[in-house]
Amino acid sequence: MNGDTILKVDNLRVEIDKKKVIENLSFEVKEKETLVILGPNGAGKTVLLRTLLGLVPYRGDIKWRSGIKIGYVPQRLPLIKDIPLSIEEFFNLKKTSTKEILELLDSVGIKVPNVLKRGIGDFSSGQFQRILVAWGLVSNPRVLLFDEPMAGIDIGGEETIYNLLEKLKKERDLTILLVTHDLSIVYREATNVLCLNKKMLCYGLPREILTPQNLSQLFGGKIKFYQHKDAKSIYT
Amino acid sequence: MLQKRMALVAGPLGHLALPGIALALLYGFNVSLGAFPFIILGIILIWLFELRTKLPMEVLTAVVFASGVAISFLFLPIKQAEAALIGDISKVGSWETIISVILSILLFFIVRKIFPKMTLINISEDLAKAEGINVKKYNFLYLGCVAIIVALGVKLVGGLLTVALVAIPAATARNLSRNIKEYSFFALFLGMFSAVLGIFLFKISQFSAGPMIILANTFFFLISVFFKRS
Repeated sequence: MNGDTILKVDNLRVEIDKKKVIENLSFEVKEKETLVILGPNGAGKTVLLRTLLGLVPYRGDIKWRSGIKIGYVPQRLPLIKDIPLSIEEFFNLKKTSTKEILELLDSVGIKVPNVLKRGIGDFSSGQFQRILVAWGLVSNPRVLLFDEPMAGIDIGGEETIYNLLEKLKKERDLTILLVTHDLSIVYREATNVLCLNKKMLCYGLPREILTPQNLSQLFGGKIKFYQHKDAKSIYT
Repeated sequence: MLQKRMALVAGPLGHLALPGIALALLYGFNVSLGAFPFIILGIILIWLFELRTKLPMEVLTAVVFASGVAISFLFLPIKQAEAALIGDISKVGSWETIISVILSILLFFIVRKIFPKMTLINISEDLAKAEGINVKKYNFLYLGCVAIIVALGVKLVGGLLTVALVAIPAATARNLSRNIKEYSFFALFLGMFSAVLGIFLFKISQFSAGPMIILANTFFFLISVFFKRS
């Protein structure tokens, strides 16, 4: 493995219930990169993240840099509503010191009085997402796997989650793998983009990769792509 | 158990125990001992069904529980039906009580030890696995504890009502608590208190203990609904 390579995936194949979910995927991630994994719903993006974490059986090769710590920020935790849980209790499930909890919450922008005793249910979905980021950052991982951060959050929330990611990257030397179906994220965040629809359909720099043809192939149907003046992109 | 949406599964386990209870009554041995193997069988069946079909748990448990009741009535001595269905506390001997207490205390410590990991598993199996928790092992331990609890419970409240022993205190506690510490404390306390109250009511009235315990539980549940923290 090269010096600055953090992850090398070779010919990855994943089958679930006898259906091919990921076919012959190969790519590499280098230190401090942000790889955006882009694709329509059902493309296997979440499965890819889970496979990289060792949660799903696979064929092929997945090589993380040895000893590397990986944090995972899942898309949502629907079952957490069933249990009354305070913030403190949630982080104690990962044996986190009070000091670290407070530091992490502060660094993700949760500034709420008496936060430790608050119930998880007291927070908005945008805040809860940040709490999940803090959770993923416990024990200071070098890599963060981020699943669809924007699912269900309004535009105001989007802006700030991305600012947060940028801030965390700078502060912590993070390498980020971010899964999304939202194109507008790619230009802002990605070092590289991997287009996934079961197979790898494109891989490389956003500027080069995100051609209308590639996007049509990825999402199906006609896609028009506009780049807004201040580099935020919109697509139809 | 409420955490895992398994509150409804406890019901069928009680019903599944009925053939075992019936056998025990027929041949004169300890009801909990008779119930236990059938509960284990029940757990395995439900687990298997869940893996092989994609039917929701509730449907599977309905199938399993109705069958359990039906089978037991094939050979349940009718005079002892009441004991089997709703329990008979007057038949509990001193030895049984001592063993039950010891088992309960043992279970208490086991559950307390696995509680943090189980909570994480209940929130998200993915997060738990990512933390290196052996989810299969803990689910298995958990089910084992449930089986023992249900086996002990059938003596007190019979096969039909075990669901209440397991589910109602938890539901009541859920209404009253803001964090997990309060939740477990309330559930424990309510369970104990309702049992004591139920037995007390049994002593002063002529109604059977089993139903009285359940009704005590229900009474507290209704109060909690009234006072539910929003």
